[in-house]
Amino acid sequence: MNWQAAAPEIFLACSGLVILLLGVSLRQDRSKLCTWLTLGAFGVAGWLVVGTSPATAYEGLYVADGFAGFAKLLILAGGALSMILALDYNAQQRIARFEFPVLVLFSTVGMMTMASAANLMTLYIGLELQSLAIYVLAAFARDDIRSSEAGLKYFVLSALASGLLLYGISLAYGFAGTMQIGQLATAMTDPANLPAGVAVAVAFVIAGLAFKLSAVPFHMWTPDVYQGAPTPVTAFMSTAPKVAPFVVLLRVMLVGFGHVGAQWQPIIEIVSIASMILGSLAAIAQSNIKRLMAYSSIGHMGYALIGLAVGTEAGVRGVLIYLLTYIVMSAGTFACIIAMQRRGQQVDRIADLGGLARNDLPLAAVMAIFMFSMAGLPPMAGFFGKVYVFLAAVQAGFWTLAIIGVLTSVVGCFYYLRVIKVMFFDGAEAAFDRRTASVSAVAFAAGAFTLFFFAMPAPFVGAAARAARVLLG
Amino acid sequence: MITLFFYLFSAVLLGASAMVVTSRNPVHAVLFLILAFLNAAALFLIAGAEFLALTLVVVYVGAVAVLFLFVVMMLDVDFVQLREGFQRYAPVGAAVGLVLFGELAAVLFGWEAWSGSFAVRGSATPSSVSNTVALGQVLYTHYVYLFQLSGLILLVAMIGAIVLTHRERRGALRQDIGRQQARRVDETLEILQVPSRAGAGQIGLFRPKHLPSPVRDREPVERA
Repeated sequence: MNWQAAAPEIFLACSGLVILLLGVSLRQDRSKLCTWLTLGAFGVAGWLVVGTSPATAYEGLYVADGFAGFAKLLILAGGALSMILALDYNAQQRIARFEFPVLVLFSTVGMMTMASAANLMTLYIGLELQSLAIYVLAAFARDDIRSSEAGLKYFVLSALASGLLLYGISLAYGFAGTMQIGQLATAMTDPANLPAGVAVAVAFVIAGLAFKLSAVPFHMWTPDVYQGAPTPVTAFMSTAPKVAPFVVLLRVMLVGFGHVGAQWQPIIEIVSIASMILGSLAAIAQSNIKRLMAYSSIGHMGYALIGLAVGTEAGVRGVLIYLLTYIVMSAGTFACIIAMQRRGQQVDRIADLGGLARNDLPLAAVMAIFMFSMAGLPPMAGFFGKVYVFLAAVQAGFWTLAIIGVLTSVVGCFYYLRVIKVMFFDGAEAAFDRRTASVSAVAFAAGAFTLFFFAMPAPFVGAAARAARVLLG
Repeated sequence: MITLFFYLFSAVLLGASAMVVTSRNPVHAVLFLILAFLNAAALFLIAGAEFLALTLVVVYVGAVAVLFLFVVMMLDVDFVQLREGFQRYAPVGAAVGLVLFGELAAVLFGWEAWSGSFAVRGSATPSSVSNTVALGQVLYTHYVYLFQLSGLILLVAMIGAIVLTHRERRGALRQDIGRQQARRVDETLEILQVPSRAGAGQIGLFRPKHLPSPVRDREPVERA
């Protein structure tokens, strides 16, 4: 047994236990120390991911390949960025506790396991580990009624989604006699003779994972949870926990159910179209920036799902590039949102951004970069994400998806540009508190990546292409 | 004989499950749930899955259902108020239920396992050992990764419960072992000369001066 294939996860889990013990045994509050240690552990785990050679381990339950490696690096980056954002925010809001980084760490272990899932059971357990930690994180500001509401709402609805997913998995197992994703494919090679149960199984698996992606029609929880959760937790939820269900959805659908594409392709298309339309239309009416970001993430998941509906290697590559650019600009946007504090209180109305350009030009500029990028305007990183997905759709003849995608992007421009208009041209509100170093670091690093992605996209696009080839090859 | 028991347990199971959702008193509902679990466990036993049967009894009856019972009894939930919207939502709920039922029926009647499914099954039905042994043989070997991850899930659940509910209370009395160990005799004891035949009535109650008086006590009586 080559247990070393899972070295990144094992290392991360063990360091999580050590950090937990450390946090418990130290008398004073050591949340910052624990956060830095966790960040260090993430760094080492990332190095281990890069160094892991492709292998299948644990009787085929676990696979470490280039595709999983790419996803894991994204997941680690998302987790690390949101933990940096939480460094000063939690202390300011008096919710700093050492359990925060530990929960993020265990959630990340769950997500990395999902990325490496070669078996539906591995998928499920990874998903539960991820979700359980996020329920707690969403309710982390436990004296804030909105945060508690967010945690409870997410917990109840997510438990239902997990039930649907399990039901789908059990039906698939009942048909094929195996939960190995690779062996499912052999069971499904004869699409003409599939019983109705398999179609139901596929639909339920999609429903369970689409819930985690907050794709329409399983998006209802998103705005409330995004708004209620502490902002760094919202940042976390919109980065890494979007990547993990997405890559596992890619693997299950394209590898496990690859032969029965006719069963799931229409479902994914409808989910994608509905997400794009709802994401762009419902966001128009929002006056709260966190709710706006919630609808924006629904829309973005819709665009990324185009790549899955297409199902080609180019489509997978598009999804991976989309996820990469999305988590960076999303983390950056939330860094800017965290900077929206007056007298130590988080403010989150869009109108609160008024006059930001006069009070804090660098912050307004970097926020503008993220908004342009979210809208998909060239030459920002978000533009490339959309281009590769739409390109894959057009190449494979999915014109409807591409056209709807372009149209909803245009509608989306309206509300992203409205944020920029408020910042640069609207009435002056009082200045925000001084930005903390951690927030500035994340905002400007993400801003630089988003702005200069066009200068050297080749390494990222190349890595995504290799990962896609590994998945489908 | 087995068949008779099968139908007996199944009938009680179905009846108990129906009572769980229809009974008005939530405590009765939980008790019927326990009855349903017990009958399901009996069905598992008939099917030869003794490990599942015992787990069902130990975990679901012993822990989960009792927990439910406590929650139902201790939380002040007005179930009449909870049911208020029932009439209004009943048609929608019934429609959703009907659709789900239809799908389930379609799955059930159109069911057919893949012909190769027996060949790829993770572990074949054990013939020489009981299924508890068979489960133990794979749980800690083939599935060790998942087993450990399940442990992490439980750990996260525990951390979560502590994070969300634990509060440092001010004024709570805690044992400070260091201080206990550092105490010396002369801090603790005071040796008094008590005249013989003088009871507490004459010398009064005595309390060492360096100890704080208990909150509820009246003024400590000083030594005369």
